[in-house]
Amino acid sequence: MGSKLDIVLLGLNHKTAPVALRECLAISKDETSIALKAFQELPSVREVMLFSTCNRVEVLMVVQDKMNSVDAVKLFLSGLKHLPVSEFERSLYIYEGDDAVRHVFRVAASLDSMVVGEPQILGQIKEAYHMATTTKTSGVLLNKLLHRTFFVAKRVRTETGIGDNAVSISYAAVELGRKIFGTFEGKKVLLIGAGEMAELAVEHLIRNRAGDILVANRTFETGVDLAMKFKGQAIRFDEIEDALKQVDIIISSTGSPDYVVTRNHVKGIARQRHNRPLFFIDIAVPRDIDPEINRLSNSYVYDIDDLQGIVDENVEDRNKEAIKGERIVDEAVLSFRHWYESLEVIPTIVELRKKVEEIAKGELEKTLHAVKHLSADDLNAISRMTEAMVNKILHDPTMLLKSSGRHEDKSVYLDVTRKMFKLDE
Amino acid sequence: MELGYQFVQSGQFPASNLHETLSLAGWTTAGVFLLLQYKFGLKILGVYAAPLITFAMLIAARLPDVSRETRNLLNNFWLITHVVAIFIGEAALALACGAGLLYLLQEHAIKSKHRGFFFKRLPSLELLDHTGYACIVTGFTMLTFGLITGLIYAKSVWGRFWSWDPKEVWSGITWLLYAALLHQRLTFGWRGRRAAIMAIIGFAVILFTFLGVNFLLKGHHGEFTRM
Repeated sequence: MGSKLDIVLLGLNHKTAPVALRECLAISKDETSIALKAFQELPSVREVMLFSTCNRVEVLMVVQDKMNSVDAVKLFLSGLKHLPVSEFERSLYIYEGDDAVRHVFRVAASLDSMVVGEPQILGQIKEAYHMATTTKTSGVLLNKLLHRTFFVAKRVRTETGIGDNAVSISYAAVELGRKIFGTFEGKKVLLIGAGEMAELAVEHLIRNRAGDILVANRTFETGVDLAMKFKGQAIRFDEIEDALKQVDIIISSTGSPDYVVTRNHVKGIARQRHNRPLFFIDIAVPRDIDPEINRLSNSYVYDIDDLQGIVDENVEDRNKEAIKGERIVDEAVLSFRHWYESLEVIPTIVELRKKVEEIAKGELEKTLHAVKHLSADDLNAISRMTEAMVNKILHDPTMLLKSSGRHEDKSVYLDVTRKMFKLDE
Repeated sequence: MELGYQFVQSGQFPASNLHETLSLAGWTTAGVFLLLQYKFGLKILGVYAAPLITFAMLIAARLPDVSRETRNLLNNFWLITHVVAIFIGEAALALACGAGLLYLLQEHAIKSKHRGFFFKRLPSLELLDHTGYACIVTGFTMLTFGLITGLIYAKSVWGRFWSWDPKEVWSGITWLLYAALLHQRLTFGWRGRRAAIMAIIGFAVILFTFLGVNFLLKGHHGEFTRM
């Protein structure tokens, strides 16, 4: 013990490194446990954890010698990934102390994510921490830090609107549908064509308990395959008009140059549908759904630009909420520093006591060596007196160090005490 | 409280002047709103109901509360049933109008793709439509019941069911309007925007029947709104 421990974080993320570099440095689960063990071997590293996602690679350490540890970690990564240090050095950020703590909090609260507020990151950090605990590379400091981190992330999520509002096209479409239908229970969905976004939207709907799924594709076989995937039913392309009579939500994503559903298709069937609302989600470019349909009553058409508009608005909202999140993080950083400093005081107090006790013991022995005529009772009394003197002398300085005064004072006192009593030698 | 007190004190149903009538309208609207919220959890309708009720109560509070000599006219069972049914019915229809207004606001937000202040706060179109419909069904039922009891009362007092009193005529028009609305909904699935607009028009006609007729046209309902 004795010399100070530092919390150090080094890493790179989507803001500092291009995707090509992140790919090269991404660390798999197996590699993580190898890396953790290797880091633990380093003499200056006390505790360590590592997390790697598609947007970031970060190493969080408690170290005794910052420069040494950082260099060692760089070298190790370079060796593990067969990439010269110079290739990634410029993309690395290195934080220590409060800055490192703040960074961990921000990452976990999804304030540092590419899509602010996305919820996966917290789970990924929990997993990384679990890995560190099972390989036994986390200790008092990291345990405390990570538990604080989880707490902060949860607080940010519940106390701000950072996770509200859809920020993907397909999810925005589903949220919109909710404003029309209230619930998707029993609502029939027609998927026209195929495509990642469209299929994702169908999956969202199924998760929200939508009813039957119909799939129409120009190639009937493709439609059948897709229908199997959604446990739905395939229909022929020319059956679409008929299907409109019974479905409620239409998701269209075809390569057709013309409108697949026109105003007349919909106008004709309104009465047969008893005017139940129809919601068209048009993800295709060029568009599949005649925008004029939006003017018919109880029909709503959203194309990809409309949905993108919603997403942009929602991202804006999230960024506003993120400011509140930053405030929660700032608070948490402060409170963590308090805890950290109180921890720092204890070794100093122990060392101080040890030093004074040693002096007292040494002097006592020297004196008693010279004076031989004392009885056993006298010896006892004198040694008790010395003990009491040590306690009384140390009482006030100990109280001062322990008191939770302002933190600047505390580190000054700590520093002065160590210098005054030469504790660092 | 005040109404109950008056009821007991004067032994007379509190609908004999405009002050009492308006307070009664306010209270029944509040009551129906609470029931509705219990059933549909539609708190947001409060943005419509609260000002409406407050407005009715404020006007009521400003009006002189002159008590009249007790008249047995107002202590008939049929009459009380008539008044209560009509008030509950009209309160429900007032809320249907509110649901209709909110529906139009929300539909506009969705159609125009400019989601403004209301989009996030308002519930889904479907829920608003259902609520409006439920209100109209309740309101219409109570209105029908109120009209029938009114007819019976008229027969017992004036010896004929229908006397072409302006209030009677307008009530008849209101009833026909809502009957038409319900008929369209049941047979052709009239819903959404058109139903919402009809609910609003219907309530405008009710307001006219409730107040307008008494001030502008004469008739034997007049004294209930006399100041």
